[in-house]
Amino acid sequence: MSERAGARPHPLVELTRARLLEFVREPEAVFWVFVFPVLLALALGIAFRAKPPERLRAVVVGGTPAAARVAELLAAARDLDVTVLDRAEAARALRAGRADVVVESGPDGGSPLAVTYRYDLTRAEGRAARLAADDALERGLGRGDRLVAREEPVTEPGTRYIDFLIPGLVGLNLMGSGMWGLGFAVVQARTRKLLKRFAATPMRRSDYLLSFILSRLVGLVLEVAVVVGFGWLLFGVAVHGSIVDLAVVALLGALMFAGIGLLVAARPRTVEGVSGWMNLVQLPMWLASGSFFSYERFPAAAQPFIRALPLTALNDALRAVMNDGARLPACWPALAVMVAWCVASFALALKLFRWQ
Amino acid sequence: MGESGGDRGPRPGGGAVRCLDLVKRYGDVTAVAGLDLEVARGECLGLLGPNGAGKTTTVEILEGLTAPDAGVVELLGERWGCGRDRQLRERLGVQLQETQLGEKLTVEETLRLFASFFARSRPTAEVVAALELEEKRHARVGKLSGGQKQRLALACALVGDPELLFLDEPTTGLDPQARLRVWEIVERFREDGGTVVLTTHAMDEATRLCDRVAIMDHGKVLKLDRPSALVAALDADQIVEFRARGEVAREALAALPGVCAVARRGDAWQLSVRRIDLALPALLALLERASVPLDALATHQATLEDVFVGLTGRGLRDV
Repeated sequence: MSERAGARPHPLVELTRARLLEFVREPEAVFWVFVFPVLLALALGIAFRAKPPERLRAVVVGGTPAAARVAELLAAARDLDVTVLDRAEAARALRAGRADVVVESGPDGGSPLAVTYRYDLTRAEGRAARLAADDALERGLGRGDRLVAREEPVTEPGTRYIDFLIPGLVGLNLMGSGMWGLGFAVVQARTRKLLKRFAATPMRRSDYLLSFILSRLVGLVLEVAVVVGFGWLLFGVAVHGSIVDLAVVALLGALMFAGIGLLVAARPRTVEGVSGWMNLVQLPMWLASGSFFSYERFPAAAQPFIRALPLTALNDALRAVMNDGARLPACWPALAVMVAWCVASFALALKLFRWQ
Repeated sequence: MGESGGDRGPRPGGGAVRCLDLVKRYGDVTAVAGLDLEVARGECLGLLGPNGAGKTTTVEILEGLTAPDAGVVELLGERWGCGRDRQLRERLGVQLQETQLGEKLTVEETLRLFASFFARSRPTAEVVAALELEEKRHARVGKLSGGQKQRLALACALVGDPELLFLDEPTTGLDPQARLRVWEIVERFREDGGTVVLTTHAMDEATRLCDRVAIMDHGKVLKLDRPSALVAALDADQIVEFRARGEVAREALAALPGVCAVARRGDAWQLSVRRIDLALPALLALLERASVPLDALATHQATLEDVFVGLTGRGLRDV
């Protein structure tokens, strides 16, 4: 044992060290902070992965020469898969969603050719299939194009769901690990009378609270890197803005949730008590702060409140930097909201903190 | 109360602890009801009393963890809340009742952490050796036995090289061997000139460790003296305890030859006896005459426990 006489270890360093050791020796905590967000991103990324455009399915009710002609004309359409079935089978296919449109030709020999489209008006695929079928038939029967159209398909990264999701997961992760990590540790120390024991030493109380924040900053680097790196490697989610800006936003987010975590944990005496408060605080943000889907879907009246939520501000700033490549000054409203939460929660936590 | 018959009077340079007229209330409950204490430097004072007597509250007021509603506390010539609390804490060692240290840290990491809080601390290796924890240095706290945990708690109290050590029930719940080791550690601290204030509800602990014992109940000191003087003041060598199936008059018991005090404790009687050779046959004869059958009878040497029963009519472990 190297006992360095004179070089006394700083209490803040020792407290932070102890905090980190306790964290890494808690396998559940490591799972929730590092493994869980990756699994979540993986599951959602696979569920919403970019698929090649789906082909529309047309079913022709067969059995007549006219039907054969209709099927032949439809087969020329680019987006349609054509099948010929008898009437009952065709109806079943439509009901089961295996067909988007059923095309039935009129009595034989009639001129002009008569058809009936049967489809679900409420499904976009139904309407698209009907239009594609109609277009193919008209064209096949000799209608000419009067418009010259050029197509430009959009598939660039940055507009996919996974691009939207990864910054949201980073934000969510910063919130979860900040609040659970701090809240549980503080309340557990209080329940075990460890806070009181510390208060009986010359330890500075601010050192104790600061050690939590420092330990969060160490964890933060890994947390953000894991999720962003994962998104980049597996889904090619790029950071369009600067890495430094991303680091600053993540840092501010971590500090903010450390403050909110300390505030929530300032009074409760039991782990059950603090869990309730944590859930109460986090649940609205899970739903409303736009981690999984855009908060623009909520009514306009709710928007100012949603934008004032800490996680909303963090997600907005993260998306601005990661997806839009914005520089920090451009995200000042979100950053201002974060700074306000940060300062207010720390000040209040220090004031309310219960040591025993 | 106050100083009586101790062979260690307060030394020059002031006492270690002085408190006057301490009061602490929690709602309707008065935990400490006007308490005076004085502890000399180098002395070991024990607060002896049942659960709820106010021992822990008193000690936590002294430790500066609880603010009293009234009264004065002076430790090592300083007072709490005068802007020098941290300097004062540098000189105190504290072991709280039921502190659970972080289970995921090792013995050495825990000590290192506590050592970092003090401007002047003992090398952790030295404390580990003194507290006989070498084998467990790298063991996690969660894996320690009760006795080892308690020694680690003591180590955390001693790592700052304190002048004054507060121990709140240091051996409650430990097996006899583990208690003995804790006692030896406290004795070694005192040999080096340290002052100790401890609470206990174990009379053997108080008898062995303390120069003086304050017997507490309901937030007050009932009696304060050397353990031997307290027992001597009972004016009895032996205690006779018995349970009988039927009514016995207190006056009749008190009138028995050789009996100097009578106390009732639940359904048991307790006689403080100076001459057991006279008292015991007389007691049996009395019960015989009154046709009251005897259920249980025991005699033992008078102890601090009997002093407490004599003062309060209750046992130390009664609730």
